[in-house]
Amino acid sequence: MTLDRAKEIVTNRHDYAREWKKKTGSKVMGYFCTYVPEEIVYAAGVLPVRVIGSHEAQSYTEPHIYAMFCPFSRDVLAQGLRGKYDYLDGIMIGHSCLHLRQAFGAWMTNVPASFSYYMYTPAKIQSPHAKELMLAETIEFKKAVENWLGRPITDGALDKSIEVYNTNRRLLKQIYELRKADPPPLFGSEAIELVLSSQLSDKAEHNKILESVLKELPQRRNGPQGGNIRLMIIGSEDDDTNFLRYVEGLGATIVADEHCTGSRYFWNETIPEKDRLRAIGNRYVNRPPCPTKDWESRRRFVHIMNMAKEYNIQGAILVQQKFCDPHEFDIPPLKALLEKNGIPSLFLEFDITVPIGQFRTRVEAFLEMLQLEVV
Amino acid sequence: MVTSIKKYQTRPLDSFKKAMELRKEYYQNVMEAKQQGKLLITGGADSMVALPAGLGDYVFFEGEPYGATISMDPEFSGKCVEAVEAKNFARDMCAYMRNYWGSMFLNKYYFGGEFPKPDFVMQLGFCDTHAKWMQQVGEYMNAPYFGIDMPVGTPGRNVDAKVKYLTSQMNDAIEWMQKVTGRKYDDDKLREAVRNECKSSALWSEIVCYNKAIPAPLEQRLIFSLYIVCILRRHERKSVEFYEMLRDEVKQRVADGIAAVATERCRLMDDSQPPWYFLQLYKYMEKYGVSVVGSHYSFFLGGSLEEMPDGSLGAPKTPDEMGMPMKTREDILRAYALWYVKKPIISQMFALPHFKSETMLRLVKEWKVNGVIFHLNRGCEGTAFGQMENRLALTKAGIPVMTYEGNMADRREFDEAQTLKRIDAFMESLGLSKLEG
Repeated sequence: MTLDRAKEIVTNRHDYAREWKKKTGSKVMGYFCTYVPEEIVYAAGVLPVRVIGSHEAQSYTEPHIYAMFCPFSRDVLAQGLRGKYDYLDGIMIGHSCLHLRQAFGAWMTNVPASFSYYMYTPAKIQSPHAKELMLAETIEFKKAVENWLGRPITDGALDKSIEVYNTNRRLLKQIYELRKADPPPLFGSEAIELVLSSQLSDKAEHNKILESVLKELPQRRNGPQGGNIRLMIIGSEDDDTNFLRYVEGLGATIVADEHCTGSRYFWNETIPEKDRLRAIGNRYVNRPPCPTKDWESRRRFVHIMNMAKEYNIQGAILVQQKFCDPHEFDIPPLKALLEKNGIPSLFLEFDITVPIGQFRTRVEAFLEMLQLEVV
Repeated sequence: MVTSIKKYQTRPLDSFKKAMELRKEYYQNVMEAKQQGKLLITGGADSMVALPAGLGDYVFFEGEPYGATISMDPEFSGKCVEAVEAKNFARDMCAYMRNYWGSMFLNKYYFGGEFPKPDFVMQLGFCDTHAKWMQQVGEYMNAPYFGIDMPVGTPGRNVDAKVKYLTSQMNDAIEWMQKVTGRKYDDDKLREAVRNECKSSALWSEIVCYNKAIPAPLEQRLIFSLYIVCILRRHERKSVEFYEMLRDEVKQRVADGIAAVATERCRLMDDSQPPWYFLQLYKYMEKYGVSVVGSHYSFFLGGSLEEMPDGSLGAPKTPDEMGMPMKTREDILRAYALWYVKKPIISQMFALPHFKSETMLRLVKEWKVNGVIFHLNRGCEGTAFGQMENRLALTKAGIPVMTYEGNMADRREFDEAQTLKRIDAFMESLGLSKLEG
């Protein structure tokens, strides 16, 4: 199945990027957070790839990041310091959390790259003025990329990039729509792999993968079983597909998610307009928010509850990277809101490596409780 | 081994008492705001505290200094943080916030009575905590909340757009404040408050520059007692008057060769907020003849430094001194926005680590510092941001550096004995031993 190709890209992401570079003779840019206008990078002929977790124990970051910062940010930096991303020509981050920005800052200082850029993406996306600032920042970013490459990014290239990205988002959303069925035709771990592989590969190529997956899924025989507990996963960056696979091996199917490694990444499209940069910027302001950008009112919770209803979930696993302040703010009120709406939840705190034995007991107990509720 | 050393002349600082009076009066005002017919607004210490001035009399109840104050009382602080943890919030979150939230959840104001109910909540968001802290306060206290997004980003980039963004948000805030309070907005009062704030901040910056002198007229414990007016009340005329008085006194101390630490023979800087419940740390270092002459944090929380024509760092010009127009509301807001965009505490500390490293290297050189102590502060991810990279940058420049772990406002995460041992070892590495008498 083509789903395997997505998994292969995630597993062999470094080989993929190196091969792409060799094949195209172009540059690769690593980005640290999904609040970056990737379309500009792609329009410049550069491959944007997200730096995700390795889940390998490490001892490289202690001199660079104080241990109270989240394991994901330390895992990301460790890979840079170890040279795992030595093929990157540039790095980039959009303003989101302090944790990841620190990893970016330390990477920028200690790992050579010919281009590094920190872009401010407004935190108060609910302000009517956020889009204007986003536009100004997007314009500056485009100029910086052009200066780096020594060539302009044309309107035609931007149009093509927007179209490729929108197609990717549309296809992913179509696949997510299928997950509303019982049983859904694919596992949650596979859905996350589709999103992760999108973040790690050439979108044009990825679109072909998604089209094939869409064609293959209706005929699939070895997907999730009907009658499994329907779970939603919610929270911090979560690229630990092994853990998801494990949960799904215990009689549950993850049918929906609210992660930047999942639905938040692709949920909304760029609405084309004459001012291409404005259109691109608006999309990032309008996307389902990360907790850091969800104030004064709680729009994120509305989005989560809508998803929970549409996907008919029976329980939720709240995943939080240890020390992740933005999610630490949202989890207690979110847990209360889910419970108020009859959705039990299990809170799990993730580290670079997951204590699978301890989590097994907790997940099993949670599923058992849900099964009793169903009965 | 103990060593004898010559002593500088020293004397108590007259302005200290006034600073304490102003602080005490502030917390009294928070408690009595309603009785006095004043609006009570709550938000962060780095909020644009002059902005509500157009509404008339008000008290801006700041979260961080209140959280720090609570931390000095272990019993009450313990109850506060436990009240927060009982609501399932993590114990690694901002320690100031947990003390403030705990006091709110317990409905106990530290200085007596019930936790003050704000008329509204206004916050400037520039770290992961600020905006979300006050979101919870607004919800729990059932008080309207307006947050202003501080565009951090790369310093110097897109300044016009950032100023416009802030100005637009402030305009919205003014409309919003009029709506939620039913009060009319007076631009003259705004102008006066913005002028006071900028002047207070510039005066504070001028004062810390006097600490370049040997011996230093102020040391860090004293600095913390003095900067508080610029944190709590910088938009008030009383603050400007206080800092004019302090500036004159500090200037005279330099002229007279008055030291804050009579035995000064080594000058250190530290980094981040201290463990507020253990300020004896500085007294302990004095036994070695150490004067802690300031820090990036204590200089910049209330102040700002700019490059002077001679290349040194000095106090910034206020909007009036820069010749910025201050006639219309738009003029005032633009000047105020630019003031915040240039604030080093935001633009350096919260952007990328190397911006702060560069400034720290300059501070070390100009303030003639022999070493730096980093408080790796588990209580504030904002000031802990980039500390390890700052440490590496200083080490690379040949500056002796020491670190200790702790928490500015949650003493459960501070090991006093271990910290003092580390200080002893650092002193030894600097060739210092305890002094006689």
